[in-house]
Amino acid sequence: MKLITAVIKPFKLDDVKDALKAIDVTGITVSEVRGFGRQGGHTETYRGAEYKIDFVPKVSLATVVDASRVDDVVDTIAKSAATGKIGDGKIWVTDVDRVVRIRTGEEGPEAI
Amino acid sequence: MIALDSGHTAWVLMSAALVLFMTPGLAFFYGGMVRSKNMLGMLMQNIFAMGLVSTIWAIVGFSLVFGDSGNGWIGNFDFLFLADVNNLDGDIPGMALVAFQMMFAVITPALITGATADRLKFGSYAVLIGFWSLLVYIPAAKWVFNGWLLDMGALDFAGGTAIHINAGVAALAVVIVIGNRKGHGTVAMPPHNLPLTMLGTGILWFGWIGFNAGSGLAADGVAAQALVNTHLAAATGMLGWLLVEKLKAGHATTLGAASGAVAGLVAITPCAGFVGGPAPLIIGAAAGVLCFLALGIKEKMNWDDSLDVIAVHLIGGIVGTLLLGFFADTAINGEFDGVFYGGGLELLKDQFVAAIVVGVFSFVVTFALAKIIDSTMGLRIDEEAELRGLDQSQHAESAYTS
Repeated sequence: MKLITAVIKPFKLDDVKDALKAIDVTGITVSEVRGFGRQGGHTETYRGAEYKIDFVPKVSLATVVDASRVDDVVDTIAKSAATGKIGDGKIWVTDVDRVVRIRTGEEGPEAI
Repeated sequence: MIALDSGHTAWVLMSAALVLFMTPGLAFFYGGMVRSKNMLGMLMQNIFAMGLVSTIWAIVGFSLVFGDSGNGWIGNFDFLFLADVNNLDGDIPGMALVAFQMMFAVITPALITGATADRLKFGSYAVLIGFWSLLVYIPAAKWVFNGWLLDMGALDFAGGTAIHINAGVAALAVVIVIGNRKGHGTVAMPPHNLPLTMLGTGILWFGWIGFNAGSGLAADGVAAQALVNTHLAAATGMLGWLLVEKLKAGHATTLGAASGAVAGLVAITPCAGFVGGPAPLIIGAAAGVLCFLALGIKEKMNWDDSLDVIAVHLIGGIVGTLLLGFFADTAINGEFDGVFYGGGLELLKDQFVAAIVVGVFSFVVTFALAKIIDSTMGLRIDEEAELRGLDQSQHAESAYTS
């Protein structure tokens, strides 16, 4: 089992969600996050004074999938989250040791 | 006794309600501009002025401004606890004057809170504005509205000197004593909720109708002129500010629109019932442009006037007070002509004197008062409290909980 984490542009969230549903991903967890990558921040101006805003708002989404599906899911996210402009985000994959479905007590791939 | 006029009375009572509404409006105008951890602290300082200053006004304030002492410097104790105020001769009841002027006394010290945002200790703030009302506002209001500056010939329709120059200079004095916010100049401190600032701007603009058009204490042609002048100066204040902001900073911003409108309202305050024709448009636009340019003063001087009370109220007040010396028109209000209407330099000179007198008096007394409070009870919260914010450190509350 693998945890796929993606940090994407907030306005692409709906596209990514629809694309993942279309390939039968059973669930995702979404958080609003802030951060910077190579895009850097942006500036805002209040009464003529410029403020550098270092942390740009992003959405982080996480989903746990069976190892056999990792490439399909990662490619789907990458395709649906892309705008081709700077700041599109990142996807990374980590190993997951154990998954429990709380209601039923199922473990492993059945719990996903 | 003069007979009471029900029309005048109704309008002054209505205006008192309008001016009262400005203080919560100011609270949200300022509140939106501070960081979220200081939101309740800012709202509280403004709302608290409604409690404390109203009480002081009823006990002794009104009497010290309007009690007929026979001198131009300070009133007397005839109207202590508002006793016998309806003996005041006039076509509105004395109690209507009490109500209307009380709301002015309330909002004036509240204006200072924008300069000292995020770091003023609440108890010290209470002591500061209590004594400030007694020692600074009341004498200045007496001189300008009912005393020697008025007798000398200086004009102030609704409080350009007594309120805006006075509060603006006081803000500067307190800022110098209290020092800059921790992280000033290095940490970004952007406004946390500009929609609330826009709402506060609307309330201020609305309430200012009563502030200025009520200041003739009559429902007449001068009041109508003052109302229109007030609105127009806010309009061109906004346009002037946005134009220079766009040219110099790249964008026309919502905070700029709000600030420009308020700058125009400040500048028209002394002029409202004395000018007409293109004057309100010019006065408002001048304030919008000059107040924007005055934003640079605090950077140069390293004064952490957090929400620009100096640029908007002090500079706006000076612009209005001096421009009145040029634009006052006997066709509007009987007796006074400025430079542009053949009145020569006489009025301009009196306006200049009034601005200087009120400014110097306010600075000296406020500075001394702030120093005394700072060395006894401490004006400023400690560093940890400042990091946590006023809401939690001063009031044990949070503005926003999920």
